[in-house]
Amino acid sequence: MPVAYMQSIAERYQRLGYAPYRWFKAEEPPAWQPLAKPLAAARIGMLSTSGAYALGQVAYHYKDDASFRPIPAGTADRDLRFSHLTENYLVDARRDPGCIFPLRALRALAAEGAIGQLADQVFSCMGAIYSQRRAREELAPALLAAFRAQQVDAALLVSM
Amino acid sequence: MCLVARHLEANGIPTMCLGSALDIFESGRPPRATFVDYPLGHSAGKPFDPADQLDVLRSALRGFEAMTVPGQVQRLSNRWDAEGGWEDDAGRPRGGDTRQPRDETPQFQHAADREAALASGALRD
Repeated sequence: MPVAYMQSIAERYQRLGYAPYRWFKAEEPPAWQPLAKPLAAARIGMLSTSGAYALGQVAYHYKDDASFRPIPAGTADRDLRFSHLTENYLVDARRDPGCIFPLRALRALAAEGAIGQLADQVFSCMGAIYSQRRAREELAPALLAAFRAQQVDAALLVSM
Repeated sequence: MCLVARHLEANGIPTMCLGSALDIFESGRPPRATFVDYPLGHSAGKPFDPADQLDVLRSALRGFEAMTVPGQVQRLSNRWDAEGGWEDDAGRPRGGDTRQPRDETPQFQHAADREAALASGALRD
């Protein structure tokens, strides 16, 4: 049985006396945009919500940080860092970024031709934004513009 | 993340969400999702297991061609371990708050990262 995270986290916060975290709940069916070309010819972008940043960039802060970081697709594992509100989930990522920030795997898939190419820059932000308004009005439009500038045919979004 | 995926897709960019919390996908209903049943923090595969990471990514990306139903979630067959049991701990509401204090100070992983951000000009004193 998959873990019921929303229920267990809601119960934990209630027991501790905190206001509940409100996950986004979709009221409408999602939009649908078919991939316009074969995957083997597609330029793929990536967003991670793990709070990754590259050495030389500014880390995230933990109060509704709606910013994102462009990270060069060739960045070495040793130059990847993480900061996230629930950093207890990042113990392994800080030892092997590939378990949550799959740059190595994406480069390998591009090299073998499974995807056409990887975008020059991938993106990272911190999940755990309590303000849905800021996620909707700031982060989502900014990421749309960033993916468009990278001319991606499709975007892979990897969660924490 | 579901909210971002829906926004990108509505504006012409096909998306695939990859994650390990099935209930959050079912609430947020992104256009396409891949569920990998691993403990949170490993949605791109097992640490120090490049073959597993490649397998997870390959399976997720194939969904761009294989999936045809908006809101569908494909479930990977990858198992975290043979015995199972990690779910019991992960799903318990016991324990303290695992969140860090919420303020607007950048939380660098290492103190030296702050120096690097100052040196690059990304951070001002």
